[in-house]
Amino acid sequence: MKKLIALLLAVLMVVSLAACGATTDATKDQADTNSDFKMGVILIGDENEGYTYAHIQGIKDAAKALGLADDQIIWKYTIPEDETCYDTAADLADQGCNLVVSNSYGHQSHMQQAATEFPDVTFIAMTGDTAKASGLPNFCNAFTAVYESRFVSGVVAGMKIKELVENDKLEKDNFDADGNVKVGYVGAYPYAEVKSGYTAFFLGIKSVYDKVAMSVQFTNSWFDLTKEGETANQLISQGCVIIGQHADSTGAPSAVQAALEAGDTCYSIGYNIDMLEVAPQGALTSATNCWSVYYTEAIGLAMKGEAVPTNWAKGYADDAVAITPLGESVAPGTQEKVDETIAAIKAGEIHVFDTDTFTVKGEKVEAAFATDTDGDFIPDADEAVFDGYFHESYFQSAPCFALDIDGITLLN
Amino acid sequence: MANVIATKKEPLLRIAKRDSMPFWQSLVIRIISIVLALVVCGVVIYLLIKVNPLEVYKSMVEGAFGSFKEDYKFFNRRTWITIRDTMMLLCIAVGLAPAFKMRFWNIGAEGQILMGGVATAACMIYLKNLPPVLLFVCMFLASVLAGAIWSFLPALFKAKWNTNETLFTLMMNYVAIQLTSFFVALWENPIGSNTVGIINPTGHEGWFPPVFGLDYMMNVIVVMTITVGMFIYLKYSKQGYEIAVVGDSENTARYAGINVKKVIIRTMLISGAICGLSGFVAVSGASHTISTSTAGGRGFTAIIVAWLAKFNTFTMILISLLLVFLDKGAIEIASKYDLNDYVSSMITGIILFFILGSEFFINYRMIFRRSHKEVQ
Repeated sequence: MKKLIALLLAVLMVVSLAACGATTDATKDQADTNSDFKMGVILIGDENEGYTYAHIQGIKDAAKALGLADDQIIWKYTIPEDETCYDTAADLADQGCNLVVSNSYGHQSHMQQAATEFPDVTFIAMTGDTAKASGLPNFCNAFTAVYESRFVSGVVAGMKIKELVENDKLEKDNFDADGNVKVGYVGAYPYAEVKSGYTAFFLGIKSVYDKVAMSVQFTNSWFDLTKEGETANQLISQGCVIIGQHADSTGAPSAVQAALEAGDTCYSIGYNIDMLEVAPQGALTSATNCWSVYYTEAIGLAMKGEAVPTNWAKGYADDAVAITPLGESVAPGTQEKVDETIAAIKAGEIHVFDTDTFTVKGEKVEAAFATDTDGDFIPDADEAVFDGYFHESYFQSAPCFALDIDGITLLN
Repeated sequence: MANVIATKKEPLLRIAKRDSMPFWQSLVIRIISIVLALVVCGVVIYLLIKVNPLEVYKSMVEGAFGSFKEDYKFFNRRTWITIRDTMMLLCIAVGLAPAFKMRFWNIGAEGQILMGGVATAACMIYLKNLPPVLLFVCMFLASVLAGAIWSFLPALFKAKWNTNETLFTLMMNYVAIQLTSFFVALWENPIGSNTVGIINPTGHEGWFPPVFGLDYMMNVIVVMTITVGMFIYLKYSKQGYEIAVVGDSENTARYAGINVKKVIIRTMLISGAICGLSGFVAVSGASHTISTSTAGGRGFTAIIVAWLAKFNTFTMILISLLLVFLDKGAIEIASKYDLNDYVSSMITGIILFFILGSEFFINYRMIFRRSHKEVQ
């Protein structure tokens, strides 16, 4: 069964990654094919696991664009988040790698240890957040501005809610006491990355249909097919019409599809991969990352011997994020609205965390810090609210928006 | 006159236990089995990935002992990591040896290691301002105590109420894993990583100090001391003899006036303490962090090591080295030929199968039906 799911996921991902297919071919000509260049890749999983597959594909696309040969990349699969990561990183450096990339957050401290030891090698800890504070010139972090694509996926959900309300398709238990339409969210952990994600999603919905309330339930796992399915079922039974997610499995969309077939009104917004395969009617779209954009830039710089940015976070403006193709159940006019929203984000007309669009405890947010400097995990530096919006991923690449805004209830 | 000798039909093949076998003969059988294993692996490798098996074997050796370049030095990083992991596995196997020799099925090494590791990590986190020597004494005592407690409980229940130690020690593992998860959440650094991260990354408080400038020399010294000590204990001490007698037959032991309950509890305390100490070596000497994967299944692998070595702690060195070598080699070929882990696990599996199989031919002999001459 597990194998089957893995296979299914792999197929799904091939389909979904087509969403970010258009990579930068332009860089092909300018890449000087540096045959001495070697890079190592440390991966938490292998190609059977969605998150890692997306990274592998991103690096392979980048390698193609940059004219990097197969034997210039050393792949290290299923490296756990312990000393094995350090051993592997040091070993890759010994083998003459100029650049070492790791793809999981838990690899970070081991990568940093290797970075102190090998000052001539560049180490990139993807999704990490300590590069800036470490002060090491050869240690970098990167993350996409995925909150932008979450916002856009929220717009898709908002359009659907609007359609359902206008056509009078909802029942009494789909509304809360104040007449707000109920939305559910399956979150992994109560951390800034997840909070930033669901808040962006919620604000996306509200930008289309304002009268919504969202319940968030955490599974305390990044990947748990069963738990995510159960959590989605709970939220559906509470009357939630849309189930969003920040967890890596297809558990929630599958549960939504089953509920939909059983007569409930509910739709899913996925993450990372296209969910249409498991939820042909239930899935609307998924928010996703296009890692190849980053890898092409970072590897290209490293090949030329130039410094890789310490913190990198790019979004729609550079095609580093996307949503997967829309499902058949989306409301009419969704594609136009999506295109319009993306254009507005690119033009800087829409800011996801616009302080006019949300409140905390009934009040507009005037100030919020972005960075934690003393290690207590409460941000205490870098004022992120200015020019009328919270600057997410501005001071560091990892998401840092951790405010609990009104309208979102945490169930656990 | 017709000869009517009623001959019982003899089976084509009979299996009989061997009395004993000279050492050189068993060595030959073992070598043949490894050669056969390599041949079978070679066929499998060729059929699957169409690569010259010799190249693959070379990569395996390189994975464990470093790439053969012009400036090759034997004691490179990979060799040291192989040594470090061998010492780790050896330490656990040595810890398990007295328990298994007593026929006490200690499946709980995994939990004992974790508890030792948690105790060590706690010292590293909360007592890092102590003078180094004192800190090491604390870490040592804490890990030994934690491992001993984890083995004392099943031993006590076994001795007093004859509970099933296999289930008991196994279940203690789950308790230990949950406790470790709890402490990982408590010490999480940075928050959101779900890991403890490297403990004391700048001051290296509580890290094994380099000896002769070698990072993992301390691991070798600690584990080899225990290995030699355990060899002497099992072979030459009165207590070691008592363990052997209890293992062979509890009734004989009782008849000989051995206090079986006392021996069970004492032996398990020693076994757990050494497993706890392996947790100390793992955290302080290798990973400098604690997670539920600190034991990483080695508590179970070490059982194979202990049994294959027939509780001879020096043989265990070779077997630990072989298993670690196979593991490192498998990782290297997975990376070099862009295979996933499963192909390399298959190779490891085939080699282990042959090695275990060779034990059969060492302990038993096969007797084929001989063609009887007609008796007139």
